[in-house]
Amino acid sequence: MAILQIKNLHVSVDTEQGSKEILKGVDLTIRSGETHAIMGPNGSGKSTLAYTIAGHPKYTVTEGEILLDGENVLEMSVDERARAGLFLAMQYPVEIPGVSVSNFLRTAKTAITGEAPAIRPWIGEVREAMSNLKMDPGFTERNVNEGFSGGEKKRHEILQLELLKPHFAILDETDSGLDVDALRVVSEGVNRAKTAKGFGVLLITHYTRILNYIKPDFVHVFVAGKIAEEGGPELAERLEAEGYDRYVKA
Amino acid sequence: MTEAVIRPGSTAHSHGASEIPLQTRSERLRSSNPADHVAIDGRDEQWRYLDAARLAGLDVNVLSDAAGDLAFTGPNEFSFELVDATDPLFGTAGLPEDLPSANGWSAAAKAAKVTLNGEASEAAILKVDGIKRDRAAHIIVTSKVHSRGTVVIDHTGDASLAEIVEIIVGDESELTVVSIQDWDSEAVHTSAQFARIGRNAKLKHIVISLGGKTVRVTPTAEFTAPGAEVELLGLYFADAGQHLEHRSYVDHAVANCKSRVTYKGALQGKGAHTVWVGDVLIRKAAEGTDTYELNRNLLLTDGARADSVPNLEIETGEIEGAGHASASGRFDDEQLFYLQARGINELDARRLVVRGFLNEIIQKIGIESIETRLNESIEHELTRSIN
Ligand SMILES: Nc1ncnc2c1ncn2[C@@H]1O[C@H](COP(=O)(O)OP(=O)(O)OP(=O)(O)O)[C@@H](O)[C@H]1O
Ligand SMILES: [Mg+2]
Repeated sequence: MAILQIKNLHVSVDTEQGSKEILKGVDLTIRSGETHAIMGPNGSGKSTLAYTIAGHPKYTVTEGEILLDGENVLEMSVDERARAGLFLAMQYPVEIPGVSVSNFLRTAKTAITGEAPAIRPWIGEVREAMSNLKMDPGFTERNVNEGFSGGEKKRHEILQLELLKPHFAILDETDSGLDVDALRVVSEGVNRAKTAKGFGVLLITHYTRILNYIKPDFVHVFVAGKIAEEGGPELAERLEAEGYDRYVKA
Repeated sequence: MTEAVIRPGSTAHSHGASEIPLQTRSERLRSSNPADHVAIDGRDEQWRYLDAARLAGLDVNVLSDAAGDLAFTGPNEFSFELVDATDPLFGTAGLPEDLPSANGWSAAAKAAKVTLNGEASEAAILKVDGIKRDRAAHIIVTSKVHSRGTVVIDHTGDASLAEIVEIIVGDESELTVVSIQDWDSEAVHTSAQFARIGRNAKLKHIVISLGGKTVRVTPTAEFTAPGAEVELLGLYFADAGQHLEHRSYVDHAVANCKSRVTYKGALQGKGAHTVWVGDVLIRKAAEGTDTYELNRNLLLTDGARADSVPNLEIETGEIEGAGHASASGRFDDEQLFYLQARGINELDARRLVVRGFLNEIIQKIGIESIETRLNESIEHELTRSIN
């Protein structure tokens, strides 16, 4: 049983006009097996929260803490966080020219587990995961995210999730840009990984569609750098119907 | 960043002013006599990026012939001898276009000549190791008709060397020439490399510049008969204080030939400076020419500088295609973040990105021992950059 605690998190970015506070005191606790959905208007700071958990150097934590099983995540480097079991499926996955998917996956797996996976079972595992995600096996020979369509990039993120088996998965708009079939395939991938590993999920989304596949235990409304309201799955329905007006005005 | 592709039937006038050579490339003075060349002047395009003081006197000092100090090893398909100016190939591939080369030429009475007589599966190696200061060397590499093989010129140790390499690629032959500059940190090296390519012949010319304080390699490829192909590949890695300059020139003098120029470099550290100038001339007679040149640079740290100048001169509209691309960019921290977010530590992540960047060249080399050595060198450079 793992636990990820975010306490009174304040985060700023450097801008040309100086430092700008984006997260203004976020409190959130996620346990293994739980699924938390975060919904909120554009620019409210959802990706900032995701990136800050992963340790992106652009974001400065000015107050508060992030603890993984009591360990101070903020003192860990980006790769240490990943090895500790945090996984961020990015809203905009990055292209890495000249680095093949197969090389990348094997290098990442080796880094996470601390030893190179045995070749044959590994290739089998990659193949199976790709076939589950309806990815063409030819993708392993392509360069990481290079020339991938938006939807292919998202599948590739979930492929990594399935192979790297983290304790906590943060999915930043993994559903955006997916067609209906892809949405189902990708959601099944997340559920499969979750069942296998029992990890906790922080799912950032704009749409209730994905919540039909990945059932949230908790829904958080994120507005202006803070959680404005929390509830169960029914909250997502209400947001879909009413929008964020009442939070933004309040 | 500039990208341009000239489609068949169009001319080169779409190019920006900075890309137009001051004089047409074919009119540059060629002479083996140092007295015919003017002193090095920074206002001259050829010396725009390189201070004469960095040449350690290769342009003016009295140099001594190093031909006798080169060590050759190679399989039976190759022969090796020292020849002089009476050799029928001596001076047939090209003549010096600058003062250090002319100075080197006049000081090197002998030439080390490597001849490829058949199909060799193993590479021949010409080692230029620790030949010390104020040296000149003239090397001739030639492939006989229908032959096929690889010659590696491997520069190591300390030296100041003005070198001339003549490459005569026989009709229907396939020759690979690799020039490795893996000098000690204080070495100074100019190398004018002239290739003449025969009918239906193929030349793969690979320049790898890693070590040395100042390295200036100027490969020239001239087509003499139709149906030939050249591939000029270059890879360089410059550290603090290093100046690595590469100037390629492809002379499409005849019809239906193909050229590809691909140079890629990584730079790190204060004062690391690389220069790539890629001249391509498509003469009036060179109908059906197909050419493309590309240079990309990856700046790993602040304080490094990469100059990149493609020049296409096109005298006929009847071509297959002509284009170029040139770009220099900083190391992308988002790539680093992405890889680290997958558990990969910073050094390994940098290694992956830089290798990935250089892969395009490394994959084309096709000689395993060199690929291994390159990977080790890149490794070494990167470890240095992190610590
Ligand atoms: N370098 C920066 N300079 C100024 N503002 C910035 C900078 N980086 C981020 N921001 C601002 O921080 C805010 C939060 O951005 P973030 O990407 O976290 O939003 P989001 O909730 O993920 O939005 P979306 O739903 O559109 O993905 C935005 O208003 C954004 O413009
Ligand atoms: Mg976002």
